[in-house]
Amino acid sequence: MKIMNCPLNGPRNISEFTYGGEFKLMPDPASCSDAEWADYVFNSDNAAGVVREWWLHNASSYWFLAERHTVSDQIIRTFDAKEIFTQRVEFAPATQEIAG
Amino acid sequence: MPFNLLKYGLSAEYPVEVDLPAPRELKKAYDVVIIGGGGHGLAIAYYLAKYHGVTNVAVLEKSYLGSGNTARNTAVIRSNYLTSEGVRFYAESVKMFQNLANEFDFNIMYSERGQLTLAHTDATVRAFRQRAEVNKHFGGRTEMIDRQQIRELVPTLNLDPGHLPVIAGLWHIDGATARHDAVAWGYAKQAAKRGVEIHQLTEVQDLVVENGRITAVKTNRGTVQCGCAVQAIAGHSSLMLAKAGIRAPIQTYPLQAMVTQPFKPFLDPLVSSSALHCYVQQTSRGEIVFGGGSDPYPLYNSRSTLDLKESLLAHAIEMFPFMANAKLMRQWAGITDMTPDYSPIMGLSPVQNYYLDAGWGTWGFKATPICGKTMAELVASGGKVPELIKPFALERFSSFQQVNEMGATAASH
Repeated sequence: MKIMNCPLNGPRNISEFTYGGEFKLMPDPASCSDAEWADYVFNSDNAAGVVREWWLHNASSYWFLAERHTVSDQIIRTFDAKEIFTQRVEFAPATQEIAG
Repeated sequence: MPFNLLKYGLSAEYPVEVDLPAPRELKKAYDVVIIGGGGHGLAIAYYLAKYHGVTNVAVLEKSYLGSGNTARNTAVIRSNYLTSEGVRFYAESVKMFQNLANEFDFNIMYSERGQLTLAHTDATVRAFRQRAEVNKHFGGRTEMIDRQQIRELVPTLNLDPGHLPVIAGLWHIDGATARHDAVAWGYAKQAAKRGVEIHQLTEVQDLVVENGRITAVKTNRGTVQCGCAVQAIAGHSSLMLAKAGIRAPIQTYPLQAMVTQPFKPFLDPLVSSSALHCYVQQTSRGEIVFGGGSDPYPLYNSRSTLDLKESLLAHAIEMFPFMANAKLMRQWAGITDMTPDYSPIMGLSPVQNYYLDAGWGTWGFKATPICGKTMAELVASGGKVPELIKPFALERFSSFQQVNEMGATAASH
């Protein structure tokens, strides 16, 4: 049984968590190009080595970050997102609604 | 073939047939370098030599032939996908598989047993109707069957597993299996016979890209110039793409599978259920092969986990309760390059003369012949993409034209 250390709830079985994707900064959807947006949505570094990624503790709906080695399967550290996001991120409202 | 048997059956001497010539030095340059000596890479080499007369080709494999996912998949051959692009492509592959053993003069143990997919919800039944129609439209043999027909096909199957009773089935008559290693060996043998050089234990460590064009590959045995190169590695596509400076929508997950002790024959078709995340088949040796969904998070490691074994086997036992007493013989994992739409990435790349055969996730083995044939056509024509694989271009993600096959994979991941 693999244990992940949740920054909020302490060490828990990894089956209580959901992988949430690579950590990458979101471009501003109101001002970025389609290509930049597609790159953000689809592409990934998919590196073999230490990566930084989002994880969710399912039971408490708590999102946090983890550094994990994708070859050795070692979780190096987990930490709260406030370590990176020191202030609130604001996005400009969409300029027009997309019908559909 | 039968006459040879008669002739040499009565003779004391039997001619030794050499399948692969002994290894030799790498040449300084090749017209085509194929990175990866699995089924796909070898198939590309074979069809290049066979249909296009291109034989100044080197297949570079870092380990031994078919040592990657070619030998790790659960050897399912089928075409009952969901999109017209997907079905057209895979149906062509199924047709090619049917004649492959004759073409190779090498037994790939092709066995057309049919594939049965189970529906446990009304939503799945609706999706099955669509898949049956799309498949028939493109020449495949697929039909919807009811519980009674399923019972007749697979008498040992439990039709009422726990909370998920079986409502209907998608019966894909063309579904088949084959010996996956033999497919790679057959291609290797025939490609080598036509002059293709196959170099094992030759790892491509870097790519030389000059002015947006590939000119050479650096290996552990020295640098090799190339007119063009094809990337046909599974499980580590992103790492090779990164060497060429290409970003792609691939995330790499392990997929674990396992096999039991042998039993008397009881299961003819290949049976799968995406709701139970499980597909089951009995090999010609009598062993039962189980495959499941991918692991829950990305990893470049084929380790085994108890979590996955427990969940996969719990579902397998729900489907076939008598297996509760079966003993597991082996367990292994493949490293799968999953794309967001569960379709491959084939064709041109941002680097000139560098062709992609990547993102094969859990659907690569069944596409081996058609992928080899179409990729060979692409390479031989100097970059003219065949119609059949146009929809699978890397650009489909930046133009938002994905080919969604997520619902049609054997176990939704």
